[in-house]
Amino acid sequence: MVHGVEPWVEDTFLSTEQDMSKNRIPFQNQDEQPDIAAQVVLPFKKSFEISLKSLKSRFLRNMVTVTSLILAVSFLAYVLVGADISSGLYHSGDLDLIKALEKTGYEPGGSAKERWIVILSLLVCTVGIINAQLMAVTERFREIGTMKCLGALDSFVLRLFLLEASMQGTTGALLGSIFGAIIAILVGMLRFGLDAVTMLPLNEVGMSLFYSIGVGFGLSLLGVLYPAFIAARMRPIEAMRTEE
Amino acid sequence: MADQHTIVRVTGVKRNFKLGSTDVQALKGVDLEIFAGEYLSIMGPSGSGKSTLFNMIGGLDKPTEGKVYIDEVDIAQLDAFELAWLRNRKIGYIFQTFNLIQVMTALENITLPMIFAGVHNDAAVAKGIELLDLVGLHKRYNHKPQELSGGQQQRVAIARALANDPAIILADEPTGNLDLSTGEEIIKLMNDLSKERGVTIITATHDYKMLNASDRVVWIEDGLIKKIEHRDQLNIDVGCISMA
Ligand SMILES: Nc1ncnc2c1ncn2[C@@H]1O[C@H](COP(=O)(O)OP(=O)(O)OP(=O)(O)O)[C@@H](O)[C@H]1O
Ligand SMILES: [Mg+2]
Repeated sequence: MVHGVEPWVEDTFLSTEQDMSKNRIPFQNQDEQPDIAAQVVLPFKKSFEISLKSLKSRFLRNMVTVTSLILAVSFLAYVLVGADISSGLYHSGDLDLIKALEKTGYEPGGSAKERWIVILSLLVCTVGIINAQLMAVTERFREIGTMKCLGALDSFVLRLFLLEASMQGTTGALLGSIFGAIIAILVGMLRFGLDAVTMLPLNEVGMSLFYSIGVGFGLSLLGVLYPAFIAARMRPIEAMRTEE
Repeated sequence: MADQHTIVRVTGVKRNFKLGSTDVQALKGVDLEIFAGEYLSIMGPSGSGKSTLFNMIGGLDKPTEGKVYIDEVDIAQLDAFELAWLRNRKIGYIFQTFNLIQVMTALENITLPMIFAGVHNDAAVAKGIELLDLVGLHKRYNHKPQELSGGQQQRVAIARALANDPAIILADEPTGNLDLSTGEEIIKLMNDLSKERGVTIITATHDYKMLNASDRVVWIEDGLIKKIEHRDQLNIDVGCISMA
């Protein structure tokens, strides 16, 4: 009950006393609970349900986004696990294997060229995700505007988009890293036989997978950040005006 | 209209839109007082500024000049949270294009504003079904908007607008996309709501059928109020129009 927000005139005694604490919504009756934080909410479980629903109902579009993520992440995982296989062979001490490795042009620590290709592919993937998400936002102008008319805060919209992106990211990154690792191991076995697997340092493969999943998930979130921000900041009429 | 409590007060509202170098004046200084519980129609030709005024009253857009008070609170002074609260609890919106959320069922559309208001899920569902019953659609609760006719979608939209027992319902051409008899049903439904529940109903329309249901009609032309008529003054005028 410290300072009034605005000298608004409701009941005379209210306005003269300026008896309006900051955490009371002007329209509320005296007897209603004044706790603002509980007044406009979107529980996490509900946001999760809504996100899942939108993902399902736009299944094809989402598959395209997820597929591009799978491709980029599997390439990353392929390169990383391939490097693990090579380093496992290199450190095996077996001279024949080391010779075979050097014939393939192996450099301990990976070649700069390869690294650039990986970075480039991840970059292309991120741009692709941003593009796909911007289109998704445009497609959903009306839905976003409607939600805001129903009382959604900017943060609800942001949360829905981030949740959708993290689900896409989890799926894409998991599948991608598994595919990449499997392909890398198959290629390694083709080149070096069973030694590729027996010499494989498992904890390093684990790290590589972990790393690819993390990068894929991160990219998915990075790609949705700007589109989600645009969606969240949109004023309801701008969203409603766009004709379908 | 019984107690003549002013629920909406519009004073000197102007709204300019910048279109390139020219300024379009959609509203040129509107003063209007709307009483609690009345059924008010805003009539006027296309482009006269009905939707613009509607957006001002609904807190969806801000006037270039002038003020809008709801329950004597200047809504330009509300922060984002209070505005969301206003849209969530105080006002129910109905649109010409229904604007149901396409990925959600009829029931989910109706419960969404209640979820935002922090209502427990079971309570929201129970009330949602009750509201669907009220608009005569209880068998359709599990249908998506695409599976409903225009009139049915508008009924769902009306049920959704009622979800948090708002004091005001704003309807921008609610019958614009409906055929004659469906439109009449919707008008009757809104009329019943205003009589039985004491909800203030404000509709923007160029549908003359709306006149019979209205307590007052505001005629707007070229961004200015031309005249305001009570229901008893109306019949003569409608006669004139149909003769002209
Ligand atoms: N966002 C905007 N940008 C530019 N001009 C606008 C915008 N919104 C409305 N206008 C202009 O303001 C005027 C009033 O528009 P408004 O939509 O309020 O009319 P209306 O009475 O609702 O018409 P209708 O019956 O066709 O819905 C029009 O000349 C329109 O072109
Ligand atoms: Mg209009």
